[in-house]
Amino acid sequence: MVQEGDAATMKDQTAIAGIGYTPYYKRGQSLPQTETEMACKAILAALADAGLTVHDLDGFTIYSSSIDPATVGSILGVPEVRFAATLTSGGGGTAGSLGLAAAAIVSGQAEVCVTVMTLQQAARRLGGTQVDGGGSGGGGGGGSPYGSGRVPQGFVMAAGSGLLSPGHSFALLTQRHMKLYGTKREHLAEVAISQRENAIKRPTALRREPLTLDDYFNARMLSDPLCLFDYTMESDGAVAAIVTSAQRARDLRQPPVYIMGSANGGAGRWGSAIFSYFQMPDEYFASSGHRTVAKRMFDMAGVGPQDVDVALLYDHFSPLVIMQLEDYGFCGIGEGGPFVAEGNIRFDGGTIAVNTHGGHLSEAYIIGMTHVREAVEQLRGVAVNQVQGAEIALVTGGPAGLPVSGTLLRR
Amino acid sequence: MTQLRRGVFPARLTDPMADERTQPFWDAALAGRLSIARCDACGTFVFPAEPFCFTCQGDAFTYTDLPGTGTIYTFTVVRHPLAPQLADVVPYVSGVVELDGTQGAGCRVIANIVDVDPETVQIGDRVRIRFDRITDTYAVPRFVPDAG
Ligand SMILES: [Zn+2]
Repeated sequence: MVQEGDAATMKDQTAIAGIGYTPYYKRGQSLPQTETEMACKAILAALADAGLTVHDLDGFTIYSSSIDPATVGSILGVPEVRFAATLTSGGGGTAGSLGLAAAAIVSGQAEVCVTVMTLQQAARRLGGTQVDGGGSGGGGGGGSPYGSGRVPQGFVMAAGSGLLSPGHSFALLTQRHMKLYGTKREHLAEVAISQRENAIKRPTALRREPLTLDDYFNARMLSDPLCLFDYTMESDGAVAAIVTSAQRARDLRQPPVYIMGSANGGAGRWGSAIFSYFQMPDEYFASSGHRTVAKRMFDMAGVGPQDVDVALLYDHFSPLVIMQLEDYGFCGIGEGGPFVAEGNIRFDGGTIAVNTHGGHLSEAYIIGMTHVREAVEQLRGVAVNQVQGAEIALVTGGPAGLPVSGTLLRR
Repeated sequence: MTQLRRGVFPARLTDPMADERTQPFWDAALAGRLSIARCDACGTFVFPAEPFCFTCQGDAFTYTDLPGTGTIYTFTVVRHPLAPQLADVVPYVSGVVELDGTQGAGCRVIANIVDVDPETVQIGDRVRIRFDRITDTYAVPRFVPDAG
């Protein structure tokens, strides 16, 4: 018998009732579909999975500007949109957008919300340069592309610095982590290799070739200390999740996956963290920025890291998995490198299975939503790399600029 | 078109597009000096300059000259050129520098670190800021090793 939720919070009062997705494609291979078209396909599939239709859908809870609810609501013929909201910033909002859905439902503003991400990297490439990497001047004659002569000065500093991409940004956090704690490239390699081992067994994964330690050390260095295998891949596809009240979810087609706790945000001075900022205080510069979010999420859920059976950690770069293991308390701060080296995150024989689907590094990169799908499959007991008896899953969004987010799900 | 040099990330702006609050930094830069906004109330350095102090929320600042020396807080060696014309520039070192005479976090400077060996550069290395004039209104801040 499922206990009713804690009336003081939204704990256990909502559930993921459906999950839907397109195939995952290598970058550009989803053409001639559009991003919106793929989003609609994922939403319809998620509704069908739940045993619902467009006529039940009344809320959009998104992140990273994935879709425009006005567009998708009208294309699909949603009878009435009662809630349309987004978490600010980018991929840090992945897990937190499920909490946004829960908040909308518990507060009575909507009954059935969809969280969706759709991505096609044919025209826009997220991992590329933030600004053109040109060799001559750019701004031109004192004029500003931003109008009125005012441009964020962080942008100006970044433009002169040679720091062009997320990979450069996260290399800076990683280098500092290595200096402070002795984290080694072998530790980063273990993240990449363990996730590849999981992906090899998963037919939907885009990278399934075996990856050895030799392969890792022979790979091109892109931005020290990160090599090719520390970077996520670029890919296309869409994934959607349907959230509704726990009560309603129990009458639907799939077993409910309850939202136990969810938090988004971060320390105020974590700020935008990367790209042009790098002003985070010393004590958490070399971190994932998740510590305060982790505490609030676990407090709401009333459990701790020792209760988590599978962790789906946002992995745009391998070292950020190590930093999240620390910030969510699976090991001590600074101990993430040795923790993974001891085999703790392996599906076979580890103490906490991590990214059992292969993650962004080896399965597909749909800005975090593949992790939500995997959490749901684990808790339904139908995952390809099924953690036996999995009852509680952690899914995270970010590391990125604030807000980052974490959500605990249970069966 | 300026000559490309390995290790020196080519400046891509011709003007810092500053405003009244941020222009003094660039005026000083063109004169070869490092000057950073400091909170009148509590002494916190804020860079780039913002309307409020994040320590005390004060809104009055005075630009204060600094020696221009500092320590590499973290860095990366960029080896993969993200644009074709950078093929002749990589590997180059970019990093975050904490400035002497400041509190560190909150006024760190991100910049290209030049005249260093990318194979031996380390966190903690001592560096000195150098402003390389690009136009009459813009000098790009870079760091070079500080001989002491
Ligand atoms: Zn102050």
